[in-house]
Amino acid sequence: MTLDPVQPTDYASLGSNLIQVRNLVKHFPITQGLIFEKQVGAVKAVDGISFEIRHGETLGLVGESGCGKTTAGRTILALYPITSGEVIVAGIPVKSATKEQMSKFRQKAQMIFQDPYASLNPRWTVSAIIGEPIRVHHLLPSVQERDERVHELMLLVGLSPRLINRFPHEFSGGQRQRIGIARALASNPEFIVCDEPISALDVSIQAQVVNLLEDLQDRFGLTYLFIAHDLSMVRHICDRVAVMYLGVLVELTDREELYENPLHPYTQALLSAVPIPDPKKDRLRQRVILTGDVPSPINPPSGCRFHPRCPIAKEHCQRLVPEWREIKPGHWVACHEV
Amino acid sequence: MDFETHWIPTAGPFETIMNNNLLLDVDNLSTRFHIAEGTVYAVNGVSFTLNECESLAVVGESGCGKSVTMLSLMGLIPIPPGEIASGQAHYRGRDLLKLSENELEHLRGKEIAMIFQDPMTALNPVLSIERQLREPLRVHLGMDENASRNRAIELLELVGIPDAPSRIKAYPHQFSGGMRQRAMIAMALSCTPTLLIADEPTTALDVTIQAQITELVKRLRDELGMAIIWITHDLGVVAGLAERVLVMYSGFIVEEAPVENIYEDPRHPYTQALLAALPRIDRRRHDRLKSIPGAPPNLLIEPKGCPFAARCELVIERCRHENPKLELVAPRHSIACWMDVNTGKPR
Repeated sequence: MTLDPVQPTDYASLGSNLIQVRNLVKHFPITQGLIFEKQVGAVKAVDGISFEIRHGETLGLVGESGCGKTTAGRTILALYPITSGEVIVAGIPVKSATKEQMSKFRQKAQMIFQDPYASLNPRWTVSAIIGEPIRVHHLLPSVQERDERVHELMLLVGLSPRLINRFPHEFSGGQRQRIGIARALASNPEFIVCDEPISALDVSIQAQVVNLLEDLQDRFGLTYLFIAHDLSMVRHICDRVAVMYLGVLVELTDREELYENPLHPYTQALLSAVPIPDPKKDRLRQRVILTGDVPSPINPPSGCRFHPRCPIAKEHCQRLVPEWREIKPGHWVACHEV
Repeated sequence: MDFETHWIPTAGPFETIMNNNLLLDVDNLSTRFHIAEGTVYAVNGVSFTLNECESLAVVGESGCGKSVTMLSLMGLIPIPPGEIASGQAHYRGRDLLKLSENELEHLRGKEIAMIFQDPMTALNPVLSIERQLREPLRVHLGMDENASRNRAIELLELVGIPDAPSRIKAYPHQFSGGMRQRAMIAMALSCTPTLLIADEPTTALDVTIQAQITELVKRLRDELGMAIIWITHDLGVVAGLAERVLVMYSGFIVEEAPVENIYEDPRHPYTQALLAALPRIDRRRHDRLKSIPGAPPNLLIEPKGCPFAARCELVIERCRHENPKLELVAPRHSIACWMDVNTGKPR
């Protein structure tokens, strides 16, 4: 068996969007009481986000910790039940999918996790870890074929197949992340959610993993949702970038447009906070330093959620929720003052 | 004690008080750990100096020995399993490595203070912020109840925690990550130290909070006129902070230079590769990132030859069995390498 590129779905009939997210909401209930449990509130982790992911592109989802970007990624993969709204993957609404459709979806949509130390079972060998998706989806019935496939996958991600019977603790962080990538590729996916896949790695290893992800995308026509807080890496790898703040999207546009012409004050602050590895440039530029912390998603601020920290907030920002509108073709922003 | 005059430094911003008085002189420091699997060669003959009011960055990847170097200086390495195998570290004429525990205790927190990476584990979760802030004031400066409370509140205000008089009663878990780091900084600054060692103080924080903290430390340094050693793995952060940079790899210093030189004219292959591996937010071009093949060497094996030889593009036979010493290649710029990166030939 060879690792042929996956048979592409007939995208002409689907339009160019592989994933459509419409008004997605995910709330986690906060309950009180042991026997007569009642809901006293909700963590509004994702509170109405809409976007599309085109076939073969990398969409970046950036924001500070606690803004809901990981929850959004997991909800799109149906790892959490959707509170309201819709996720449509390759024309099939995830919420009302049949069991068979769901199984197909699980095979075609995979995830790479942030922490390579926590996302691999320490008692399983590499062979068992990478082979699991193949077993679960009954892709290759014989053990020998499965082993061959695991071999190929290991070579593909740059691991020596001699290490096939080792355990995760015998690998370094970068190698573990490669195991996680091989596992995600095992079931021939079309769509992969990369949840901060490099933030736990050292700089010299980050570049290795990012190059690997790019190579795999070229080779298999993968579509990525790349969740990150490292804006320099996002500029490197993503085609379009969505900026999230406290459960909502504030800006979404092409990479160059976002970095050259950010419109939302939060995006501007976020970009100016990123250190530049060049002392002269770093000294020259104007920095917008935000004050305070991200408010609690249990009780988000009224109106525009960014108004308590916004340098250009006006009185109406406290009352009115800004509309998510397309200011220029392909440039979406949610702000009254733009 | 007149608290106001003690707190506000008499000198102006750091440029004016910048002088060339040697504060710290570390010579040939080696630290090892003897563990069940063998000996970990964590720090191997590190030498550097630090002037008063200078800002120095120590850069390197995890396991390169940057934290262990600083912990050795502070006498915070548990012995055993640790061992200071060699070296001297003169701080204002006294060798830190020869001081007794008692003498070190007088120095730590008072003259040399440290900020740690993870503020949640570095703060005591069962004591209030107030209790923890007042401890150094009581122990080192002998302040009484009232004076230490007022000073603690002032310190919290200094690091920008709003509503300090009431927030001071809080416990660490009631603070956000950025606020905890601010509280740690307040604690470190409480006795106006001469030397502040900041061990990756912003790594656990978001970029916007990271920017707040670095601005805060820069401002405080200018106001208080202290020397800072900034330990980090983030070359981006260093650019805006330090005057001089040490690059460490596998327990060795491989390059030392003023900050501009590190970014414009890196001379060690490792520094060059590290900078090339960095995606840049200020660049439009989207080339493939240059990755460094392989991984850092196993510290359990006694270093022989240049530690970077196995991953280096310019490697020659000599690199594999002879470790280059740190040598000057330009004014204030030294590297430990047999090769000239600009020509690709031996120096």
